[in-house]
Amino acid sequence: MSDWIDACALDDIDEEDAITFKHDGGYYALYRTEDDQYYVTDGLCTHERVPLANGLVMGKIIECPKHNGRFDFTTGEAKGAPVCVNLKTYETDIRGGRLFFKLD
Amino acid sequence: MTPTARDYSLVGRDSELAEQNGLVAADWYSVDIDRKEIKRLMRRSDSPAIRDTLIWLGLLLVSGAGGAYFWGTWWCVPFFLVYGVLYGSSSDSRWHESGHGTAFKTRWMNSALYYFSSFLILREPTIWLWSHTRHHTDTIIVGRDPEIATPRPPDIKAMLLNIFALVSTWKTIKALFLHAGGKLTPNEATFVPESERSKVYWIARLYIAILLGVVLVCIATGSILPAMLVGLPSLYGGFMAIYFGLTQHSGLAEDVLDHRLNSRTVYMNPIFRFLYWNMNYHIEHHMFPMVPFHALPQLHEAIKHDCPEPYPSSIAAYREIIPTLLRQLKEPGFFVRRTLPNGAEPVPHNPGAVFQTSS
Repeated sequence: MSDWIDACALDDIDEEDAITFKHDGGYYALYRTEDDQYYVTDGLCTHERVPLANGLVMGKIIECPKHNGRFDFTTGEAKGAPVCVNLKTYETDIRGGRLFFKLD
Repeated sequence: MTPTARDYSLVGRDSELAEQNGLVAADWYSVDIDRKEIKRLMRRSDSPAIRDTLIWLGLLLVSGAGGAYFWGTWWCVPFFLVYGVLYGSSSDSRWHESGHGTAFKTRWMNSALYYFSSFLILREPTIWLWSHTRHHTDTIIVGRDPEIATPRPPDIKAMLLNIFALVSTWKTIKALFLHAGGKLTPNEATFVPESERSKVYWIARLYIAILLGVVLVCIATGSILPAMLVGLPSLYGGFMAIYFGLTQHSGLAEDVLDHRLNSRTVYMNPIFRFLYWNMNYHIEHHMFPMVPFHALPQLHEAIKHDCPEPYPSSIAAYREIIPTLLRQLKEPGFFVRRTLPNGAEPVPHNPGAVFQTSS
């Protein structure tokens, strides 16, 4: 279980929002949907390496704050120009009111 | 140091210099703003853009119909003046805002407006989507930004000809034929990914087909009226796009990682702001490009304490721009240094902007 990372308390993320989490030199984006589902992806946009969590969460979409590239953060799918490369997603778990995610 | 000419191509000396100086895809200054506040401002809505688009299309229809009805008399002139500005100038801001995907909340509406307004302003949508993406990554970074409207020294003749979009249209026509033949320019190849290129080629062929169709209809009817309605308005109505567009960055610093120093926020009247979709809040737009046009005035209020004094009018902006561009003809190293509010920390000016060469 050592590859499960304790990321944050569930309340650290507002509804329909995201925060950046840094771990061991890596950037991750932690998401909370309007219906309190939690997701984790790589934290930097695959287009220009901009921190995604500063962007806008709309439903299951995160929009990059720099060029408005969109990803489905539940699957990592890039939704069209200017983002062409999918985002890496991570398995999540909730334990004791905290969000964990599993590093590969 | 003697200033040397800068290389504004995206594949030349200054492109390499920009890399060496750490100006490529760099971290830019951003005013601190509460996350909840910026989230509120970024929130999308369909209604302001639907309202404005219906007004815009309605006015296009009425003015175009009026121009056609009075064709052959002087009465057509005011109608075509209005039609031309809505078609050839206001399409610029519609192209821009929908290209960012911020005009509407609904995605397909942004796409529809993007392709429609791209045609009106005679811009190839795929090329300009990627060009504008680069403009936002590397704003007014020489050798990186393909949308530097007034390089130093400025080309005044081209600027004057572009009041009626003559130079830009000639470039577009040449580009359309190049793209229709399945090729890009070396500059374009630096910012258009392989996966997007076939779209460029097919849309260029479509544009050529539509424009040739208009020419054929003109020949068949023995009148240029069809071209006055489709095609030519991009030229005769383009002057307000230039008037608005030159206020954005002209005469300001190059190679700085701070939009407060290379962009202008200019107060404009409600008619201009309708035509220009609030892009007069240009510092705000560049610093937070996800904020839709209708929320830019609120964003301006939220961050103005940390920004230079806005220009009170477009006339005031031109009182600075025109003398600056004329001075740059003889003194290309000259630019306007914006004054930040007391206590605001400027980003250090990068040496790339003082015309150093790599040697």
